[in-house]
Amino acid sequence: MSATVRIPTPLRTATGGAAKVDVEGDTLGEALSDLEAQHPGISERLLDESGELRRFVNVFVDDEDVRFQQGLETTLEPGTTVSIIPAVAGG
Amino acid sequence: MFVEGLRCRECGREAEIAAVHVCEFCFGPLEVVYDYEGMAKAVSRDRISKGPRSLWRYADMLPMLPGTTEADHVDLGAGYTPLVRAPRLGAKLGLRDLWVKNDTLNPSFSFKDRVVSVALTVARSLGFDTAACASTGNLANSVSAHAAAAGMDAYVFIPSDLEETKILASAVYGPKLVAVKGTYDDVNRLCGEIAGEFGWAFVNVNVRPYYAEGSKTIGYEVAEQLGWQLPEHLIAPMASGSMLVKIDKAFTELVTLGLVEETPWRISGAQATGCAPISTALNDGTGFVRPVKPDTVAKSLAIGNPADGYYAIDAVRRTGGAMGDVSDDEIIGGIRTLAETEGIFAETAGGVTVATLAKLVEQGRIDPSARTVAVISGIGLKTTDAVAPMLSPTHTINAGLSDFQEAVKLDD
Ligand SMILES: Cc1ncc(COP(=O)(O)O)c(C=O)c1O
Ligand SMILES: [Zn+2]
Repeated sequence: MSATVRIPTPLRTATGGAAKVDVEGDTLGEALSDLEAQHPGISERLLDESGELRRFVNVFVDDEDVRFQQGLETTLEPGTTVSIIPAVAGG
Repeated sequence: MFVEGLRCRECGREAEIAAVHVCEFCFGPLEVVYDYEGMAKAVSRDRISKGPRSLWRYADMLPMLPGTTEADHVDLGAGYTPLVRAPRLGAKLGLRDLWVKNDTLNPSFSFKDRVVSVALTVARSLGFDTAACASTGNLANSVSAHAAAAGMDAYVFIPSDLEETKILASAVYGPKLVAVKGTYDDVNRLCGEIAGEFGWAFVNVNVRPYYAEGSKTIGYEVAEQLGWQLPEHLIAPMASGSMLVKIDKAFTELVTLGLVEETPWRISGAQATGCAPISTALNDGTGFVRPVKPDTVAKSLAIGNPADGYYAIDAVRRTGGAMGDVSDDEIIGGIRTLAETEGIFAETAGGVTVATLAKLVEQGRIDPSARTVAVISGIGLKTTDAVAPMLSPTHTINAGLSDFQEAVKLDD
């Protein structure tokens, strides 16, 4: 299955400046592995030593925070958009 | 001018002064790094006490970029708000030495004026001419007002279901006011995505490291107003948790700079039960901040995914404070109790603080003899919807003397 990952500005140094990357994967975890295969080094910035999402990284699949879904196990429909967004301070 | 750079709170990597808020490596928040030795030489109680009667009396301790002069301060007079004794509220709650930091008395009527005047001052130093923010209401009001006064353009993003007065109290200053159909967290997400695409100073996104420092001035003022002493206990409301974290930081800095004697302090945090991701994480022992979908009358605190939640938990745990959360009914009760005992009309966030304080005393989780400061961060006139159903004239009469005599006969 293919999905599109939107890359936030602070991470674009890891994608050679690309704002969007097309990836393959049935789950978010698989998609992030493919992202790492295409842009080695990027997953280290998103995942901690135990392979979980870092605590200040928010990932949205179809506009919903994956912490309200199945985290890295969240399934991706074909054509889904994955957004990676840094936490924002209060307002 | 003692700013040295930025540093990631999570991994310690450094970054240069710019409009950036997250670490490129781990996404952790960037924080301003100061030269405290130089700062300690420059500041003194005497110098501060001769400064302006606003937060700018602490300019040396704020992230002013090199070359900033007094004339560059974006200043509507925020800060240096009253710290008043609250004996009647104290008696009601069972606290012997209670004080209220009355931050309803700011130019746009909430503590947000502190963070915004600092953020826009830095934004102008960095060369921005457009200010922006994602807001639960008060920040929108403050950015709109300060941008107007500074002659900056403003793009202000709010959830469309905000209180009418909070919408109006932004619109009147003439910003581009974008009402987003969704929650504050949706607004935040949108702003997180667009902040990088426009050349704007998003005060709580790309300018956040500087913005957040403005809240330290609550802590500085409390100590100065207590005669250069730290309170034994302070309670603050939490949305993202940023204000609480920065008040704790202010106390630490005052000690570092030799402006106060080092005495122990505790910090406690207050949330609404309908949006309590931080207090839940502390009280369930996991320390894991799980985002929630907010449902509370306290819309100013309705941040379901709080960026500073972990640091708020650290500060409260480290100092031996507590956290609690309260229902909508308790919040409204808190607003009324504060008004009826101390004559201060707070918004829902103030109701959260007072009601949580009452609950923590009742649960025996705080020391009733400790000198306690409650931070009341916004004005009640912006959230009249919350209390309107309960408030009306106590007597409605015809204009005759006997009508009045008849009516008051029933009073006790
Ligand atoms: C009146 C009021 N008090 C408190 C807060 C909480 O601030 P913080 O996000 O720094 O925790 C807000 C934030 O929006 C607010 O408007
Ligand atoms: Zn980092």
